[in-house]
Amino acid sequence: MTAAALSAAVIRYPSSARPLGPLDLTVAAGEIVALVGASGSGKSTALRLLAGLEQPDAGTATRGTAPGRIGFVFQSPTLAPWADALSNVALPLELSGVPRPEAQRCAIEALSAVGLAEALAARPGQLSGGMAMRVSLARALSIRPELLLLDEPFAALDTITRRALVEDLHALWAAGSPRPAIVFVTHDVEEAVYLAGRVVVLQAATGRAVADIPTPGALPRPPQWRAHADYRRAVEDVAAALSDAMEADAMEAAARGVPA
Amino acid sequence: MKRLIALLPALIAFAVLLAGWEIACRLLAVPVYFLPPPSAVAVALIERAPVLAASAWATFGMALQALLLATAVGGGLALAVSFSRSAERGVRPLAVVIQVTPVIAIAPLVLIWTGLDRAQLAVVILAAAVAFYPIFSGMLTGLKSADPDLERLFDLYAATPLQRLWRLRLPAALPQALEGLRVGAGQAVIGAVVAEFVSGSGATKGLAWRLLEAGNRLRIAELLAAVVWLALLGLLLNAVIAAVERSVLNARGR
Repeated sequence: MTAAALSAAVIRYPSSARPLGPLDLTVAAGEIVALVGASGSGKSTALRLLAGLEQPDAGTATRGTAPGRIGFVFQSPTLAPWADALSNVALPLELSGVPRPEAQRCAIEALSAVGLAEALAARPGQLSGGMAMRVSLARALSIRPELLLLDEPFAALDTITRRALVEDLHALWAAGSPRPAIVFVTHDVEEAVYLAGRVVVLQAATGRAVADIPTPGALPRPPQWRAHADYRRAVEDVAAALSDAMEADAMEAAARGVPA
Repeated sequence: MKRLIALLPALIAFAVLLAGWEIACRLLAVPVYFLPPPSAVAVALIERAPVLAASAWATFGMALQALLLATAVGGGLALAVSFSRSAERGVRPLAVVIQVTPVIAIAPLVLIWTGLDRAQLAVVILAAAVAFYPIFSGMLTGLKSADPDLERLFDLYAATPLQRLWRLRLPAALPQALEGLRVGAGQAVIGAVVAEFVSGSGATKGLAWRLLEAGNRLRIAELLAAVVWLALLGLLLNAVIAAVERSVLNARGR
């Protein structure tokens, strides 16, 4: 079963002469895919295409999910500052027409799942960066997503908080029934290799997928996995593919006479 | 207590200014019909208190009606055009025209339309015209200030326009809308005074009329007393709306 797929998807930006793509990307139900690539390689655009928030100018974007069963976590927590954590998490369900008591019950469940059962009434302004991100994650989980899209969600957090959230994400994924498909955009190669079952490398110059590397080890992985030789090797492989892609970008930019 | 201490420098400066004024008037024997000392203004404030309070009440009433009118029209219009970019592009220049046209220039026209016997209505309309722009602009800017990613979230879950307005854009607009209202309130008082000057036949018995009357009779102490009332009125309106603003922002835990 396919959770979402892009087929020869092309996006043209009014501000740029060069279109992104054509991009092919198939996400199977229940798998975890990490997208890595330099800035401007279209990672965020790919997520928005998968979510259906943007339509490709050419090619297709298809989803195999039920309506309203896509969760999206943005780079920043993106919480409504006027509403408490509970209302923020209940929002997607309420927008989808779920009655408020039922929506709040699911929201409490989702907040408990991310360890914030005590913070239901907290306003976003009172939360730390890591806690706000957990609320944001709970909001994406509240709808029991079949497809969960995360756009560099932990980039602004410190290493410890970040690792904890990655562990949590694995646990939440494993606890899902059925397990959601996850597409995770990141700059961090180690995070990508640890979290995902496969890592897709995008190239900025073309906006195409230039490498698709399966990672070793069954999911979810224990924290000790970070010390394993297979993991280290996979990190090196992905880093090499990423550096090749970035080098190609630089060559291409030089050929056009613009700074990379 | 802390706020009192924060106010202290301003109070001291104010006291020094008043003292300097009092001493200068006495030493230089300035005639009272030119510049009365603050003590004379204080006496006028007390002696003419009933008349001035009644006039202040009239001005306050007109400014408040103007503010409500401007909020209804400005806020409503901002709400209506916030749904469509081309509607905004059509309406915004007109709003700017209203803003840049001096109220005093359109006052005679509005007076003719309402009729000289309904000068009070003219004052309300003119003051509303002055207060309109900050309220419209604050509301419109606020409605469009919602986090684009939150807007995307509303797209993702196929929110209805009403859900988007009620649960995203209106709450997001609140701080800027209140800021616009606060500026608009100050403008409404200024507009009411200017409009009353123009219609100044005694048809309205607001503070501006007292100002004119006192000026014509060279009762400068009474004139200054009316100015004090006007300043207090503006400060009061400002303080009330600022308090609402603060409580709203505090409720958001900022």
